[in-house]
Formats: sequence, C-alpha cells, structure tokens
Amino acid sequence: MHLSIDRDRCIGAGMCALTAPEVFDQDAEDGLVVLRTAAPPPGLHAGARLAAGLCPAAALTVTEQDGAGSSPPGEQ
Amino acid sequence: MQHEQIAPSDLSAPSDLSAPATGQTAHQAAAQPEPVTLPLTRAAGCPFDPPAELAELREQQPLRPMRYPDGHVGWLATGHAVTRAIAADPRFSSRYELLRLPLPGGPPGPLPPAQIGDLTGIDAPEHTRYRRLLAGKFTVRRMRLLTERVEQITADHLDAMERQGPVVDLVQAFAHPVPALMICELLGVPQSDRAGFQEHAAVLSSPDAGLEAQMAALTALTECVGELVPAKRAHPTDDLLSDLTTSELTDEELAGIGGFLLAAGLDTTANMLGLGTFALLSHPEQAAALRADPGLADQAVEELLRYLSIAHTGVRAALEDVELDGQLIKAGDTVTVSVSAANRDPLKFPDPDTLDLQRKATGHLAFGHGAHQCLGQQLARVEMRVAFPALFRRFPTLRLAVPPEDVPLRDAMNIHGVYQLPVTWDKE
Repeated sequence: MHLSIDRDRCIGAGMCALTAPEVFDQDAEDGLVVLRTAAPPPGLHAGARLAAGLCPAAALTVTEQDGAGSSPPGEQ
Repeated sequence: MQHEQIAPSDLSAPSDLSAPATGQTAHQAAAQPEPVTLPLTRAAGCPFDPPAELAELREQQPLRPMRYPDGHVGWLATGHAVTRAIAADPRFSSRYELLRLPLPGGPPGPLPPAQIGDLTGIDAPEHTRYRRLLAGKFTVRRMRLLTERVEQITADHLDAMERQGPVVDLVQAFAHPVPALMICELLGVPQSDRAGFQEHAAVLSSPDAGLEAQMAALTALTECVGELVPAKRAHPTDDLLSDLTTSELTDEELAGIGGFLLAAGLDTTANMLGLGTFALLSHPEQAAALRADPGLADQAVEELLRYLSIAHTGVRAALEDVELDGQLIKAGDTVTVSVSAANRDPLKFPDPDTLDLQRKATGHLAFGHGAHQCLGQQLARVEMRVAFPALFRRFPTLRLAVPPEDVPLRDAMNIHGVYQLPVTWDKE
C-alpha cells in the first residue's frame, strides 16, 4: 500500500489523525495533514483505508500494491 | 443566527465525490414527483427520531423536489450517499445570499450575506483562508491536551449538582455551563465578561426570539468580542484570540470570528449533552454499558452523534447545473440536506433507528462533510467523552424527575435538544 496526501485540499478537520493516528498526524501550526508513513505495514492498512474514506476533503489517496491503481477516496 | 445554524457545520470540496451519473437520463421532468415541504414535526413520544415522513421520502427517492416556505422549488436530500456527495461538491455553494431558508420564519427570497467572520456562509477561497488560520488551533492533539481541564470543569459541576439536588435541571446545572466555560476559556473571554456573553447566547437559543432578535444577539456577541481584541493585542494572554492577533486578520475579522466561534461553541455540545443524557436515561441498558466500560466512551459519542443528529438540516445552492442521482439540479436551485435522515439511512447503518453504543457509527454526517465540516468537532468529542461517563458514574441512579413526555423539546430550533431536563437520583 502506498499513501499520498494533498495539502491543498486538506481542511485540517483531523478525521485522519483521529482514525489512524499511527499513519496520519496534523501539523501543529496549520492543522493540515502530515503523513507519518507513506508505506504503512499491513497491520495499519485497514485504518489507513478507513481514514481515506472518511476524509471530508478527499485529501488522502490510497494506492494498493497489487497495481490496482489509485482507489478513489470515496466511502469506505 | 438562525441562518448561521442551518448548516450543521462549517461544509464544499472535490467533485470526484459526487455520485456518478447513473445510466438513466436526468431529464425526466415529466416523471418528477410533486414537490414536498420539509417535514418538521417529530412523532409524539419519539423525541430522538427525525420526523417519520423523512424515512418514507428517503425510501421513495433520496433526492427529490421540495417546495420552500417562500415558494422556491428546490431539492431535498434524505439519503446518506447523496447527502455526503452534495456536502463534498464545490458546485454547491454555502453562500447565504444564494440560499432559500428551508424552515419557516425566514425572509422571502435569499438570505442576507454572511457577516464578516461567519465561516458557515461563505465559499472558497475566502473560506479556505479563514479555515487555514483556524484549523491549527483545533487539532486532535491540541483538543486532547484540554482533557484534564474538561475533567476538572466537569467534576466541579457534578459536585455543585450534588449539593444542589436532587432534583436539578441538568441543562442549567451541567449540559450548558460545561461547554460554555470551555469555549470561553479557550477563546480567552475574561471571567467578568462571561455573564454578559451568556445572556446574548441565551437569546440565540431561545424559542421565542425571532430571527431579528437573534441577529441582534449575534451582533452584540461580536461587539463584545470586538471590545476584547485591542486588549489582547496589547497584552496577549495564553488563549486563541490572543494567538490570532499575531495573524494577518484585521480587528473586524477577529471580532467576527470570535463571535462565530463563541456562538458555535455555546449552543451545540450543550444540546448534545442535554439530549444525549435524555437518550441514555431512556435506554437504561445503554447507560449501564457506558457506566460499566469507560473504554466504550469514544464509540458511544459517535453513536450518540449519529442517532441524535442535533444539527439536523443543512443547506446549499447549486452554482451550475448538476446531474446527481439521476436528477438534474439547475443552477440557482437550493438543496436542503436532511442530516438526521441521512444518519438513519439503512443502506449505511443497519437497524438505524436503534441506539446501540456497541456499533461503529463512523461515517455519520453529524459534523457535516466537505470543506465546511465542523471546525470544533475535536473539542466537542473531548467534551462529550469526558462528560457522559463522568455524569453516569457520579450518579448511578440518575433518572428523569418528570414523565418523558413532559421534557420540553427544542422542536422549532435548527439545533435539536431539550430546554430543560429535570433529573433526580437516590441520595446516599
């Protein structure tokens, strides 16, 4: 799994840091998303997917390793 | 103020979230059902459920034409997926001056534009600029650092409640003052000013105050914050308003944003605590589960948010023609989203009308969705996660002091809740 973030879209709601704190954090100054790891271990995949699905601004993109391509940041 | 509250949250974003056009053509005007009016009346004896007609409408057609009180024919969204899509789509505007009020009592035609600092009624890029300045002050981490202070304020009020009762009005003794004190402290409102602030805030949540009185109260609240701004600039203290004086914001913007944050912090969590306690007292097995397992607090809060959906109705206006759910929404149409109906959508939440603290209620729309999703949601979570368990642990025999049907409901308000909640308990 590979994760990428879009800080231009991010609104700093904190849903990702709340849902998957091992994977996502918020910048102490502007509150925007900070990626703690772009390639989380398998144990954190479910949380990362859930967080991406919950993001109110669709600022998180999950790319699954199997080459299935970019999973659209929609509903989990 | 009424219009400040209609939108559940401070909600707009990427169009890839909007539901894809279905195979059917959007131009089926002839087959269109008659426009409905927004159902507002909750069934007797069901203070926690949205008006029953909403479920029927959602089942028939989750996005359908609606007639507004001023005669405008726009739309009503009741399904979870379509509500989420609308909230996330920047083709739908939050600007008040483009919106028709879905609730009776407003002016004919669109609303007046948002006052400076009111984040709910504006779009990007203006909204983005304010949001960027504020988001860092409301992060998960920062709000969790307030936990100890929330615990202390909560304990103080529970002590006072114990001395005062039984019987006490839980709204006056607990649900209202705990979040009020927190938002005042966070913003840096001096002790001496708090009574005055609360007086204006009371007008905002009064059933008898008209739109005009509410607007005046919001202006007064903003003026009060405005008077604080020069003092904070001269002698900054450790609070949000002082922090913001070092940003690019003007005094007028600071006053507006301060008034907006204060209003948002005073009337929201307070209603969740009041109505939430009523719901838990009406489902004693759920209250018992929360009392027995403090680890349940986080998901209990999410389920109460979903089940109660106190900010029940949101509003947007289409900036261009939008095809959604096989419907064609025309530019200029107002779209009302029923958050309370969306959060009871069986396609998203199995057995949606059951309060079940064991369920994972994530994905609920109680804080809205999209760019305006509630700025203060992490503060609200910390307050509720502390307050509910503490209340039920302190008063294990807590119960209503009146028959449930005698609890006065905020039926006419755009933030649902109870005006009073008389409670009693066994004294040791």
